[in-house]
Amino acid sequence: MINYSDIGLWEKIRKNKIAYNYILPAAIIMAIVTAYPIIYQLWMAFTNFSISNLKNPHPAYVGVSNFIKIFKNQVALENFNFGRTLLFNIFWTISNVVLHVIIGISLAVALNTPRLALKKLYRSLLIIPWAVPSYISALIWRNMFDTQFGAVNQLLSKFGLPSSIPWLTNPNPPIHFLSFLSYAYYACLITNVWLGFPFMMVVATGGLQSIPQELYEAAKIDGANERGQFFSITLPLLRVVMMPAIMLGIVWTFNQFNVIYLVSAGGPLGTTEILVTQAYKLVNPGGIYGIASAFGLIVFLILLGITLVTNRITKATESAI
Amino acid sequence: MTTQTKEKLKHLYIHGYIILWIIIAIFPIVWIISMALNPINVLKPTTLTLIPKNASLQAFKNVLIRPYEGSPVTFSRLLINSLIVAGGTAFLSIAFGATAAYAFARFKFPGRELGMLGFLLVFMIPTSATLAPLFVILTLLKVRSTLFGLIFAYTSSALPFAIWNMKGYFDSIPKDLEEAALVDGCDRNSAFTKIILPLSLPALAVTFLFGFMNGWMEWMLAWTFLTKPQSFTLAMTLYNMVGQWNTPWSNFAAFSLLIALPILIIWFLLQRYIVSGLTLGSVKG
Repeated sequence: MINYSDIGLWEKIRKNKIAYNYILPAAIIMAIVTAYPIIYQLWMAFTNFSISNLKNPHPAYVGVSNFIKIFKNQVALENFNFGRTLLFNIFWTISNVVLHVIIGISLAVALNTPRLALKKLYRSLLIIPWAVPSYISALIWRNMFDTQFGAVNQLLSKFGLPSSIPWLTNPNPPIHFLSFLSYAYYACLITNVWLGFPFMMVVATGGLQSIPQELYEAAKIDGANERGQFFSITLPLLRVVMMPAIMLGIVWTFNQFNVIYLVSAGGPLGTTEILVTQAYKLVNPGGIYGIASAFGLIVFLILLGITLVTNRITKATESAI
Repeated sequence: MTTQTKEKLKHLYIHGYIILWIIIAIFPIVWIISMALNPINVLKPTTLTLIPKNASLQAFKNVLIRPYEGSPVTFSRLLINSLIVAGGTAFLSIAFGATAAYAFARFKFPGRELGMLGFLLVFMIPTSATLAPLFVILTLLKVRSTLFGLIFAYTSSALPFAIWNMKGYFDSIPKDLEEAALVDGCDRNSAFTKIILPLSLPALAVTFLFGFMNGWMEWMLAWTFLTKPQSFTLAMTLYNMVGQWNTPWSNFAAFSLLIALPILIIWFLLQRYIVSGLTLGSVKG
């Protein structure tokens, strides 16, 4: 056996030549299609690269003015508002994930009831929203929210409820107290909650099945009722399993391009814009590639921050148990 | 009340709660199926009918010939393009992913941790955040509006997952198998192709199907990059249909069901892998 600490780095690299050969094909692809664009983006972010530069890629260096324009909302694109978009994005993520987790756990607990009939059938039906490609379900929901012809309003009218709700066209808030949330927010929220609860349900089901039955029996002997058992055993033990899934859910929802872009397209008047849809619009139809690059870098830094913060929270809760 | 009737009553509530959510879960699907089967071929539905009278497959026939009125391409052309893109993405992601996954699983080389971290970081970046440079570079290379360029762009997003997935599987194969072969005078390459790859067929198949789903469903890059109707894909055509006033909703419904069907089949085949892969991956990460 070779003691690796005795030999130099170069020697180690030479010894592992075959490993690098195996990685080379994947590394070349990632270098061309991922690493190189990111480096190119770092340069583009400081230029005024625009549509005319597609034929002549020699834009002018503009310093940090792209970033200043973004933060001061001086971007030549309708309804561009960085601060509002970021705040809405955070609110959008929190409200979705909270609902996903509550609904997911409640269904998992319901399905975990001993001696309940039809469990298997129920589980496979409840998983359907996850199985349908998200861009198709987003398009279906968009049609269902049509004011005149959509199923949602038609269903409301069958129950005698107000049935001409302008889900996707009215920029005004339906609830005055929450004045920054237009009708379209609720339409997107309903769509994304529908889309996301099965994942949390499946994860929670796995978590519930891993809790040893003896714990409940011991609690019963100690005289704990069902509610006491839920809060003292089920929830704390479920938290360990749910935390990574919640982290994943936060990143997914924060970047939920398909739902926002296909249901409300960020509208009306930019009230439901999130960062990734805004980044897309800067490229298409915007064509302001320099600003789009700067915006992409900002999005990347924000995501990095979110990942670090959620990671820290997860670690903290892990050690607390 | 006896404990038995108490339990029965509790079960009744629980059944009610679950069934309520099942109705919510399947309502959009039932709605889209009923619209696709609607015999009047409605431009827009004016009432909510879940089971249309005299259901017919006319809408399916319509879109299988031409997705929408005035479409410059036929359904079969779109299907071929989608198969090329999805199949190409799937093939490249296992071809390039398998060797890299093998290196990460079996060798301890300088830069290993950094490489793994790099691949995971790529997971995190949303496509639209790096769209501008990708658009510009592919345009300058004159491959932007080709299916080839699209396959490359898709492969770069499918590859990190492919490597992660296959590395996990290679890790589970005992090293003794190869070591015995190496002692017998077999070299690394044939140990990989003759021992590891045949043993990993299930993992390769799963990774292939994941890559296929990626390429089949993606519409945003296709919509942004492709300009010639002859190279359009099914997914981007569905997006195109939504904005059109004269496209009957029943045609849209039939078309979306046709696109979703292969994905649904693959999804239910792979359900076990999707669930365990996601939960395991997130626990490890």
